[in-house]
Amino acid sequence: MEKYRIDRSKGIEFGLYTLGDHIPNPETMERISAKQRLDEIIKLAKLAEEFGLDVFSVGESHQKYFATQAHSVVLSAIAQATKNIKLTSSSTIISTSDPVRVYEDFSTIDLISNGRVEIVAGRASRVGLFELLGYDLKDYEGLFEEKFELLKLINENKIVNWEGEYRAPLKNAEVLPRPLHNTLPLWRAVGGAPGSAIRAGKQGVPMMLATLGGPSSNFKIAVDAYRKSLTDSGFDPAQFPVATTGLFFTDKDSQVAMRQAYPGVNLGLQLVNGHGFSKQHFAQAQDVRDALMVGSPQQIIEKILYQYELFGHQRYMAQMDFGGVPFPLLVKNLELIASEILPAVRKYTKQ
Amino acid sequence: MKIVGLSGSIVGSKTKTAMLVFEKTLRAKYPDAEWTLIDLADYNVQFSDGRNYLEYEGDTAFVTKTLMDAHTIVIGTPIFQASLPATLKNIFDLLPINAFRDKVISFFVTAGSSKHYLVAEQQLKPILAYMKAQIVQTYVFIEDQDFVKKEIVNDDVFLRMERLVEDTANLTATYDIIRKQQEDQYDF
Repeated sequence: MEKYRIDRSKGIEFGLYTLGDHIPNPETMERISAKQRLDEIIKLAKLAEEFGLDVFSVGESHQKYFATQAHSVVLSAIAQATKNIKLTSSSTIISTSDPVRVYEDFSTIDLISNGRVEIVAGRASRVGLFELLGYDLKDYEGLFEEKFELLKLINENKIVNWEGEYRAPLKNAEVLPRPLHNTLPLWRAVGGAPGSAIRAGKQGVPMMLATLGGPSSNFKIAVDAYRKSLTDSGFDPAQFPVATTGLFFTDKDSQVAMRQAYPGVNLGLQLVNGHGFSKQHFAQAQDVRDALMVGSPQQIIEKILYQYELFGHQRYMAQMDFGGVPFPLLVKNLELIASEILPAVRKYTKQ
Repeated sequence: MKIVGLSGSIVGSKTKTAMLVFEKTLRAKYPDAEWTLIDLADYNVQFSDGRNYLEYEGDTAFVTKTLMDAHTIVIGTPIFQASLPATLKNIFDLLPINAFRDKVISFFVTAGSSKHYLVAEQQLKPILAYMKAQIVQTYVFIEDQDFVKKEIVNDDVFLRMERLVEDTANLTATYDIIRKQQEDQYDF
């Protein structure tokens, strides 16, 4: 795990991630400007660091209702604005980019950040970017698998010789600059399908698993398949961290938390995915066995620890800014995370 | 009540004729109802290619969005080759799995003869159920012999359609009230 900069003596890592969604405030139905959204994301990252969170990540989405299409640019601004917090992507859609350029970008942010950068590479759940960036959706899997392998090769080798289907060959290529500590932690983003989790195991990379809702136990299938696949491929699962990610919102009063979280999540999903979040499911998600982290700090602590019993994971990434959430509410969330949730979950998961 | 009528055939006139009877009956019994008719014969809908319905263009975008925004839907379908027509199945394929959650859906069937009476029970209802619809269990089955010169001439069909309109409206109203009660309990 040290290779991936995970220190188990500190307990489970807690981070924030944003998809850079740019959605109207559900009450006013007005949208802040893209500029304000970006400014607030950078401010949020700084605050996350001040409040003692471990990781902050930004994802790329090249569609309507998003503003962090250039997620690496946003990450570099955050690198400049922070000192200690780990920075990663959630995720970098490697299928529709050139692995050489992506590595150059992230390696550079790593140097600017003084060695704090990681990459999470995914293949996209929203596929609007394929047409925009000029790729064929039929190559959805092929593009990802090939480019992820190349990215990994570049990460692990100063000189690269490579040939493939979707990119021109590399002959004795040197991809520069190199990151501060020679390599970057490179993770695979998995949406939940066991097949993708199994591939992560075959590749021998850590897995970041989207656990957006529904019973946490449903995700155990992917986690177990991942670890078995690691073993079958000759890797030691104990060396590979697992992260879970999902929607998050807290308030001292769990009813208030739901009232504040639901409208934005429902509107956001309606606009971005074409269907809202069923009230019935949202209400039922109060149960400790559900992966949706919306409720009082105590409820969330119990849920994170319940997941920890199930998965034995090393990192949890919270998405709390989805759906036009006003900035002061995000600050409130951070305060409760720092004062109540972090100390408890770290205490109970330290090794 | 906001109700969309979906006439699922691009061939012939019987399904459309029956849909117009539904509409006329609806307007007479429920004059405040908001009615939208989608006759697939009027639209150029592409085959589903797996993309999120928001990403389609033109007629496909219009039809899918109208159905997703609908609260109540009444489907009219013929029977082709002992099954649903592909045009209607394609509409289901264009939409997400849970497309009909919290929607009330009723339907009627037009067929050459009574031989295919169970197609609705065995083929249509399971699809609607999978897509999470609240299904009106009763339906109207109309045969070729009920039509003369593109008009329905069987009194029984008219009376059955009246009951179908009522059943559709009643299940919609029932479900709305109960769902509101449940959601009020959630208190968020």
